[in-house]
Amino acid sequence: MLELVTISTLNGVLYGMLLFLMASGLTLIFSMMGVLNFAHASFYMLGAFFGFQISQIVGFWPAFIVAPVLVGGIGALVERYGLRNVHQHGPVAELLFTFGLYFVIEEVVQMIWGKGPVDYRVPASLDFSAFTAFSTNYPAYKMFELLTAIAIFAVLLAVLTRTRVGLIIQASLTHPHMVAMLGHNVPRVFMLVFGVGTGLAAVAGVIAGPALVTQSNMAGLLGPILFVVVVVGGLGSLSGAFLASLLIGLVQTFAVSVNLSVADVLGGIGVAPPAGGPLSDLWNVTVAQIAPIIPYLLLVLILIFRPTGLMGTREH
Amino acid sequence: MSDVVSGVAKLPARGALSQPGAAAVARLIGPWLALAVAFAVLPAIVTSGSALTMLSLMGIMIVFALSYNMLLGETGLLSFGHAVYYGLGGFLAVHAMNTIIHDALPVPLPMIPLVGGFSGLLFGIIFGSVSTRRAGTAFAMISLGLGELVASSSLILRGFFGGEEGVSTNRTKLLHVFGLNFGPQIQVYYLIAGWCLLSMIAMYALRRTPFGRMCNAVRENAERAQFVGYNPRTLRFIAFSIAGLFAGIAGGLAAINFELVNASEVGAGQSGLVLFAAYIGGIGSFIGPVIGAVLVTWLEVMLSDVTDVWQLYFGLLFIGIVMFAPNGIAGLLIMHAPLWQARAYGSMLRLALAYLVALGPALVLLAGLILLIEMTYHLSVKATEGTTISVFHVTVEAASAIPWVVAAILIAGGFWLFRMTWPVVGAAWHDAFAQARGAGRAK
Repeated sequence: MLELVTISTLNGVLYGMLLFLMASGLTLIFSMMGVLNFAHASFYMLGAFFGFQISQIVGFWPAFIVAPVLVGGIGALVERYGLRNVHQHGPVAELLFTFGLYFVIEEVVQMIWGKGPVDYRVPASLDFSAFTAFSTNYPAYKMFELLTAIAIFAVLLAVLTRTRVGLIIQASLTHPHMVAMLGHNVPRVFMLVFGVGTGLAAVAGVIAGPALVTQSNMAGLLGPILFVVVVVGGLGSLSGAFLASLLIGLVQTFAVSVNLSVADVLGGIGVAPPAGGPLSDLWNVTVAQIAPIIPYLLLVLILIFRPTGLMGTREH
Repeated sequence: MSDVVSGVAKLPARGALSQPGAAAVARLIGPWLALAVAFAVLPAIVTSGSALTMLSLMGIMIVFALSYNMLLGETGLLSFGHAVYYGLGGFLAVHAMNTIIHDALPVPLPMIPLVGGFSGLLFGIIFGSVSTRRAGTAFAMISLGLGELVASSSLILRGFFGGEEGVSTNRTKLLHVFGLNFGPQIQVYYLIAGWCLLSMIAMYALRRTPFGRMCNAVRENAERAQFVGYNPRTLRFIAFSIAGLFAGIAGGLAAINFELVNASEVGAGQSGLVLFAAYIGGIGSFIGPVIGAVLVTWLEVMLSDVTDVWQLYFGLLFIGIVMFAPNGIAGLLIMHAPLWQARAYGSMLRLALAYLVALGPALVLLAGLILLIEMTYHLSVKATEGTTISVFHVTVEAASAIPWVVAAILIAGGFWLFRMTWPVVGAAWHDAFAQARGAGRAK
């Protein structure tokens, strides 16, 4: 039991930190430009595929640096030549533009790498067991993922709160006109934030790719959960996104290891569930089986009891 | 200001409507009669079997896209999960049909879309009560989450959703009325056409009621709508539920048409498709989603025959519309309405010529793009089938450098020429409108 709790906590925190790597960029972009980037998970997927392709040629470590830079550059171009032109048509058009982009990126990835998974492996230099906890070997690569995510989180926090660039970004979130009056190029700050945000998503993709399956549907699988994170945390709240990422990471990881169904619980207290009928599955589904829908159930619950999200203050 | 003036000018005409003269009645009913006649004679004009199937699909999509437009176009609610109501309507319709067959209940097939509609309404009420508390981006994300919730549940609750293979039925086993067994596609087409016409009239009428107008007000400015004394949340909730109703009708029609409903009908793909259809057609007008539904269905059937990567072209078309024509195809047509009204036929002709001039480079650019996409796809995914491909009936050797250079030249040259010719269009547009305005003042 203790073994399960320890390993699940580690995995849950890891998953949560990966979610936050993406949610942080998404939240920054949203609070600055008022656009929820629907294609954010697509940049994560691009990161994984670029990482795979580049590591085929020059190895994992150069790819770890080059792939996020490339993806961030694509992100900056998308902001400069796409989103900025759509801005005049209003927020719905902006969201739909990123939706179209999500669609097109998925199709382009399928066009180039096919629909099946690609063989993106953990680099040999990290392919060993870091430590053994209660007879379970914990892979070093997962520790590397976790440490990378935490390091980036720390750097991001330091940059945002301690540096001049960070202060300008923070000021542009709330008072873009004033910042422009002070002589800063606010559109360029937007482009920078979009580029860095998509680059962070790509980092998550490069490091998560070998551990998960690098496939053209990975954006579609992760994207909706990412949006649940930012809505549950409160749209535009960085600390809320952090909380929600960890919450969803932990809840989903723990749920996978629980093999309990309603029928079991009812049986435990001596009640037989109704047999048959089209909804009979409802009684026999285990918690592990519904793990994929738990984030969405959480979303519904949050909306009923706290419509603005955990840390949200404003109505958007 | 001109809107206000024209609105005042129209007032007498509305007064005339309240004492219905023959002309006013004809104006009101005429277009619908024409549409009914068009629906009736279409199968006689396009006689092939596949055309009839496509017409049926178009009818279903028109209802679905119009119901989506009640959300996005009328009320300003961007939904990424509208297929939930379509799909659940379809599932309950199929289950209802199977129950009716099993118990030999006296219910004829044309009533089945009602089952779908009421299921859509019911789920619209349930999910709407949660999601319409927020508008804007938050609503969009919630609709996405609810869509994923239902789509994921559909793979868990196999008893109700039928797992991967879905739930099938037999539409000919229901009670036969007037000797119709709904076996042949032509009978199903007329059933769909009838429901499509009814739904269109209902949704058009709803648009013109005070409720419809208040939905527009909520879309434009929820705060001011609130000051007039309407609760925006309630209006959003009602609009959402009614959109669910019509989506459910569309789902019920689809269940009848395919005799099969599977989990993909509630999924993100279907939600994306209806969003594409409504937006490409144009969400600002009633006719827009109808155009979009017809076009998207046609493209889906035709493109998927021609190329494997048709969804990519679809996505690119959508991005193009979002970037350059945010009011969709209908919006582009409506832009020309003042010219038509001013009877400036001469300048319209000149404008059409200017469009033709710009169309050439645009087609060159498009051809280059298509060549590039098809060659990339073929080399990377279908490399085992050899390197020669056929684009526009021309055989191309994708492994050699020449076609790539050709594609690059087509794209760059087409883009450059388009940039050169576009000012011609702009000038023609400017002249045409200057003349139309002049003509208007002269009157």
